[in-house]
Amino acid sequence: MSVPSTTPRPVAGESVWPRLEPLLPQVTKPIQYVGGELGAVVKDWAAATVRWALMYPDAYEVGLPNQGVQILYEVLNELPDVLAERTYAVWPDLEKLMRAHGVPQFTVDAHRSVRDFDVFGVSFSTELGYTNLLTAIDLAGIPLLAADRTDADPVIVAGGHAAFNPEPIADFVDAAVLGDGEEAVLEITAIVREWKAEGSPGGRDELLLRLARTESVYVPRFYDVDYLPDGRIQRVVPNRADVPFRVHKRTTMDLDAWPYPKKPLVPLAETVHERYAVEIFRGCTRGCRFCQAGMITRPVRERSITTVGQMVQQGLEFSGFHEVGLLSLSSADHSEIGDMCSGLAEQYAGTNVSLSLPSTRVDAFNIDLAQELSRNGRRTGLTFAPEGGSERIRKVINKMVSKEDLIRTVVTAYTNGWRQVKLYFMCGLPTETDEDVLEIADMAHEVIRAGRAATGSKDIRCTVSIGGFVPKPHTPFQWAAMERPEVIDARLKLLKQAINADRSLGRAIGFRYHDGEPSLIEGLLSRGDRRVGAVIRKVWENGGRFDGWSEHFSYQRWVDAAAEVLPAFGVDLDWYTTRERDELEVLPWDHLDSGLDKDWLWQDWQDSLSEYEQDDCRWTPCFDCGVCPAMDTEIQIGPTGKKLLPLTPINGLKLPTPQ
Amino acid sequence: MRFTSHRDFARAFERALRRAGVPVAFSQGFTPHPKISYASAAPTGVASEAEYLEIGLREQVDPAELRAALDAALSPGLDVLDAVVASGGSLADRIEASHWRIELPEVDPRVLSAAVSAFTTAEEVLVERMTKQGRRTFDARAAVIAIDVVAPTETPSEVAGVPCAILELVVRQVTPSVRPDDVLSGLRVVAALEPPVPPRVTRLAQGTLTAQGAIADPLDADRDGATIGGH
Repeated sequence: MSVPSTTPRPVAGESVWPRLEPLLPQVTKPIQYVGGELGAVVKDWAAATVRWALMYPDAYEVGLPNQGVQILYEVLNELPDVLAERTYAVWPDLEKLMRAHGVPQFTVDAHRSVRDFDVFGVSFSTELGYTNLLTAIDLAGIPLLAADRTDADPVIVAGGHAAFNPEPIADFVDAAVLGDGEEAVLEITAIVREWKAEGSPGGRDELLLRLARTESVYVPRFYDVDYLPDGRIQRVVPNRADVPFRVHKRTTMDLDAWPYPKKPLVPLAETVHERYAVEIFRGCTRGCRFCQAGMITRPVRERSITTVGQMVQQGLEFSGFHEVGLLSLSSADHSEIGDMCSGLAEQYAGTNVSLSLPSTRVDAFNIDLAQELSRNGRRTGLTFAPEGGSERIRKVINKMVSKEDLIRTVVTAYTNGWRQVKLYFMCGLPTETDEDVLEIADMAHEVIRAGRAATGSKDIRCTVSIGGFVPKPHTPFQWAAMERPEVIDARLKLLKQAINADRSLGRAIGFRYHDGEPSLIEGLLSRGDRRVGAVIRKVWENGGRFDGWSEHFSYQRWVDAAAEVLPAFGVDLDWYTTRERDELEVLPWDHLDSGLDKDWLWQDWQDSLSEYEQDDCRWTPCFDCGVCPAMDTEIQIGPTGKKLLPLTPINGLKLPTPQ
Repeated sequence: MRFTSHRDFARAFERALRRAGVPVAFSQGFTPHPKISYASAAPTGVASEAEYLEIGLREQVDPAELRAALDAALSPGLDVLDAVVASGGSLADRIEASHWRIELPEVDPRVLSAAVSAFTTAEEVLVERMTKQGRRTFDARAAVIAIDVVAPTETPSEVAGVPCAILELVVRQVTPSVRPDDVLSGLRVVAALEPPVPPRVTRLAQGTLTAQGAIADPLDADRDGATIGGH
């Protein structure tokens, strides 16, 4: 005879708030767990047929502004029979309390247990969120390993840029989607809806099989990986009939047809970005060889000036934000960026709404743009990214920006009233020497010298910010060896000395950098294969959380876990990171199709080593990267020739319309 | 809403001003700020039914319309109850005392009554709290004008079926301010009262203190014969 349980089994979709609320006074920033954002949607659980929990696996303050999650949240919730809620990584203080009190991973919208949902979608911008994924799965009460899950568990789907190589998390996720999400989530929803309507035939396995058959959802369990005696991959092959050999990325072609977010989430809590952000285009063909985002989001697809104008107007009216971010991989490259900025500046003149272009190429910034950006009084920060210190290394990475361009651009900014600019560089690039990095100091010195000469003022500054290079899948550098952290750290030390060698100039230059160790771990996770999953799990079991946060990241924990786990497979941390791959090696992501032709990538890698530059296909002939024919897509750029019309000024109070 | 910090609220309020189209005045300078002054904000973790603030405007608006527009623009849970045209003088000066309700789930009302008696009979109850100046010790007794254990006339918010003692407090605005948690610390000092679960605190009212020890609406002074026009 069974003993009746004293606690009643929780009802699916029931709020855990009554159990969560008493814990909140005991944690930092409890507001981040409360929800109630403007734009948040709470729907009736019982009335929905397909239910999604969407996660950005970082703290609320970082995850909430994420465009991808906001777009999918809105697209899904627009469907009458679909419910989508959001969940974020909880800080270790709350995690501890949740474990002690049996509170599961919850959504912030209606505080429902994540385990109750049909699909649990996780968006990875960076691999450093992997340990947070494990925390969320475990707190949700879902088995950590996909193989152990039952029909009572949600299907866990990874998306975002890191999903272009989901192999390190293949043990933990049920599926991964490559590329643009808005149409993909609708297709997945339709498959889940149909399968549920049929009475869930064949259970979880059948559902995953149906997803895999779309050829755009990767289901790791349907692929076997064989290894060679030396540790390299021999092959990756489907282990089921009708599962495709390769899984293709998704591309949303007409951005004007998908004008999201329409109702941006406006939180009560403070977050990293407090602005209405609109993507003005996707994709980039500048061809920077280190840039995974530029490679995997091709081709360039512009959103038209008129759609951008309309989105900004509605987004600001809805949100009350006073900053507009025009996002893309290189915003000044939009074919109508000038008209867009002047039109918006004109429309919002005298309102204290400011404009920002988060990614601006040195060679595409000019005086007109500078003036439009600063017209409403407030100057948002300007960051330029020459990426490499020397002309030679910029040829290697195909960042075709000259020193003269940089000086001219920064001087333009200074003479237009900016007193501070940020310059971004990378360290640890392929073929890099100490001299390449030391030239950063010369460049910064010259920036200050020219800025002082042009403004006649000593009150100008620049910040040199250095990031560690991490070779990424689906880029020409996917074969490259990483530099050792000690070498990087030594170079950065030399650079710091060189910057401060001239005390007058050095005083005006800020220097910010990260040491080489976190980059090495990011490198392990970026180019890892399924065997790296055991390292992630070990790190997580040893307390690894929030690896993207320097105060939580522990290099030693990763090194120890790798040393404990990897020798059994005949490989080690160096094998994944500082080892150069050869042309014929099967890479863990070769069966995942970003559209890029592997032969072209190899050729571009060889061109890189011979310092040969590749032009942008928007202005010169196609260079056959393979994306357009493989994905049946094409470049979509303007100009449309349209202008933004002045807005009719809306004066007076906006009174609520009587119900 | 109780977990909203003052900074969070201020940000949300400024956005609501923009959404509602309120012609708010801005400070001069490199980064203009809207002219808003907040009076005696409730601590984070405390709910409130009575918060007050002043807004400087560029042009005159109808207070009733301002109230309706702002209320509609704010998130649910943040409600604008009233707006009046200020007749001069500082709003902060009219906030002399606050009325609080403290729910103490799983605390026996008799135990609470005994602790309150000990508190009221004491001349002085020294408590410690971290302030911006560091750890400070101050008296939590003198500022307390009234402290009563009240009968739970209605079910305390959101928690059902759990015994719960309820305390009502009227506390004078002093420096350093004596907050509800300081009074609870005081009860711990005098009677070793340790609530097993975090108490829920709500501010019921704040305003001018009448001779009878009651709290009057600080906006009353502006209601009759108020001068027309912004300030």
